[in-house]
Amino acid sequence: MTEATVSVEAPPPRDGAERPLGAGTRIYLYTSMIIVAAIVIIPLLTTALGGFKTLGDLRGDPFGLPREWVWSNYSEILFSQRYWLQIGNSLLIACLTVVLTLLCGAMAAFTFAHVKFFGSGFLLNYFLVGLMFPAATAILPLFIRVRDLGLLDTYWGVVLPQVAFGLGMSILLFRNYFKSLPSELFDAAFVDGAGYFRFFWHVSMPLSRPIIATVGIISFVGSWNSYLLPLIMLNSEGKYPWPLGIMVYKGEFSTDWQLILAFITLTILPTIIVFFVAQKQIIAGLTAGAVKA
Amino acid sequence: MSDATSFAVGTTSSRPLSAARRRPLTRGTRWPLLLLFLPPALLLFTIFVVLPMGEAAWYSFYNWNGYGLPALSDWVGFSNYELVFKNSVFRQALINNALIIVISVLIQVPLAMWLATLASSKVKGAVTFRLIFFLPYVLADVAAGMIWRFVYDGDFGLVGGIAHALNVDAVYPIADKNLAIYAILGVVVWKYFGFHMMLFIAGLQTIDKSLLEAAEIDGASPRQRFFRITLPLLGSTVRLSIFFAVVGSLQLFDMVMPLTGGGPFNATQTMVTFLYSFGVMRMKVGFGSAVGVVLFIICVTLAFSYKRVFMRND
Repeated sequence: MTEATVSVEAPPPRDGAERPLGAGTRIYLYTSMIIVAAIVIIPLLTTALGGFKTLGDLRGDPFGLPREWVWSNYSEILFSQRYWLQIGNSLLIACLTVVLTLLCGAMAAFTFAHVKFFGSGFLLNYFLVGLMFPAATAILPLFIRVRDLGLLDTYWGVVLPQVAFGLGMSILLFRNYFKSLPSELFDAAFVDGAGYFRFFWHVSMPLSRPIIATVGIISFVGSWNSYLLPLIMLNSEGKYPWPLGIMVYKGEFSTDWQLILAFITLTILPTIIVFFVAQKQIIAGLTAGAVKA
Repeated sequence: MSDATSFAVGTTSSRPLSAARRRPLTRGTRWPLLLLFLPPALLLFTIFVVLPMGEAAWYSFYNWNGYGLPALSDWVGFSNYELVFKNSVFRQALINNALIIVISVLIQVPLAMWLATLASSKVKGAVTFRLIFFLPYVLADVAAGMIWRFVYDGDFGLVGGIAHALNVDAVYPIADKNLAIYAILGVVVWKYFGFHMMLFIAGLQTIDKSLLEAAEIDGASPRQRFFRITLPLLGSTVRLSIFFAVVGSLQLFDMVMPLTGGGPFNATQTMVTFLYSFGVMRMKVGFGSAVGVVLFIICVTLAFSYKRVFMRND
C-alpha cells in the first residue's frame, strides 16, 4: 500500500492529452449513447413527421417518412389565430411571472442580506417553507381566494400565485448571492453617499446577473410549461396558455392525430429552439438552481 | 439552507484603512428599506401561499361548497379525513405515488448515473449527447404526455406500428389497467433522466481524477474503480437525485392528465390527480382540502426528515 501512496504523488503524464480510449470502449460508449438518444428522439421525430402525414398514412406507417408531404396540417395551424393567441398568452403570463418573481424576490432578499431586524431570521424561514410543498396542496383554497379577489379568469389569477410559490427559491438564491458580494462595495457606496436603494439598483443588481439568469430561467420555464394553475384559474379559451390549448385541441380533434401532432410540434418548437440557442444557460440555470435551492 | 458559510471575502489587507472605515458607518435609515422592499414579497407570499395552506387545514373540517363562509352547521370534524383514507381510489393513488418513487429510485437514478459516466467521457460528441438527453426535461409535462399518448396509441402510434410490423395484435398500454401505470412510469423516466444525469455529471466533475488514476495504476478494474471510488464519492449527488425524484413524484399531475386522466378505472391516479378529479372537479372543498393537507404533511415530513437524516452532511 505504501507504493500506492507514492504513485498518487507522481501520477502518470497527463499534460493535457488524456490516454486515448480503446476501440472497444469507444464502441461501447457510442452504441449505448446512440440507443438512448434514439429513445429520446424517435418519439419527438415521429410527432413532427406525423404532422406531415394523412391520417391513413399515419395508420399504415407511423415510423417512416410521409408518403406524401401534407403541408396543410401545419399551415392551417400557423395561419390560425388560436395558435398565436395561446403562444402569446403563455409568453405574457411567463414574462409577468419572471419580472415579479425577480423583483419581489430580489428586494426581499436584499433586506435579508443587509439588514438585521427583529424577527428577520424567522421571516426568512417563513419564506423558505414555501420551498417544501407544491401549489397543488392548497389549490382549492387558492381558487376560492383568487375568486374572492375577483381575479378569476384573469392573467393575474395565474401570475400572482405562480410568483408567490416561486418566491422561496428566488429569495434564497438572491440572498446567498448578495451576501457573497464583498462588503467593501457596500462601505464604499455609502461613503460616496449612496443609500440602500441606489446601492440595490446600481451595485447589487448589476452584479447579480448570474443569479438573475438562474431565477429568471427557472421561473420562465416553470410558467411556460405550467398547466395546473391556468387550468383552475382560467375559463375563457381566449386566455388559455398553450399547455391548456393542447388539451382543448386534443378534445376537439380526438383521433385526428395528424392535426394534433402538428399542433404539438408547433407548440414545443419555441422551447426546442430556445433550448438549443441558450443551452448552456438553461442547463446551468435549471440544474444549479435546483441544487442550491 | 444553512448560511454560515457565505461570507464576504475581504480584501482589506491590500488597501489602507480609510478614516471612513474606522468610523462606524451610518448606512442610512433602515425603515424606508424595510417598508418598501419587504411588503411586496411578504403580501404575495402570505396571501397566495400561507393563508391558502392554513385555510386548507380549516376547510378540511367542513362539508362546504365554497360559497360564503363555512358555517358551524357544516362542521364535520375529522370525517373528511376518514372519507379520504377509506377511499379506495385515494389508496390506489398513494400506492401509485409510492410505486413511482420506488421505480424512479431503482431505475432512473442508476440509469442517470450510468449515462453520466458515458456522457462525461472524453469522446467526440459527448456534449451533443448530453444535450439530447436533457431535451425532454425542458419540454412541458403536458407536451410529453401528449406525445407519448400518441406513441402508446395502438391504432396510429408507434406501439401500434410495432405490433403491426411484428404481426401481433395491437397493444394499448394506457388503456390496460394493469399496464397503464408502468406506461406512465416509462414517460416519467424518459422525461426526467436527463436532469438527473446532469446532476451526476456535475457530481463527477468534483471527483479528483488522480484518485482514479492511482487506483488504475494499482490494477483496480473499471468495476472496482466505480464501486470503490466513484460511487462513494457521489453519495451526496445520489441523495440529491433521490430527493428530486421523490418530490417530483409527489407532484405528478400534468403528465398524467393527457396520458390517462387517472384512468382506466382510476388505475393511474396520483395524489394530485385524485385531488383534482375528486375535490376540484366536484367542488368538494372540504374533502379536497383534506387531501391537500394529507399531501402537505407527506411533502413536509419527507422534505424535513430526508434533509435531517440523509443530507445533514451535504
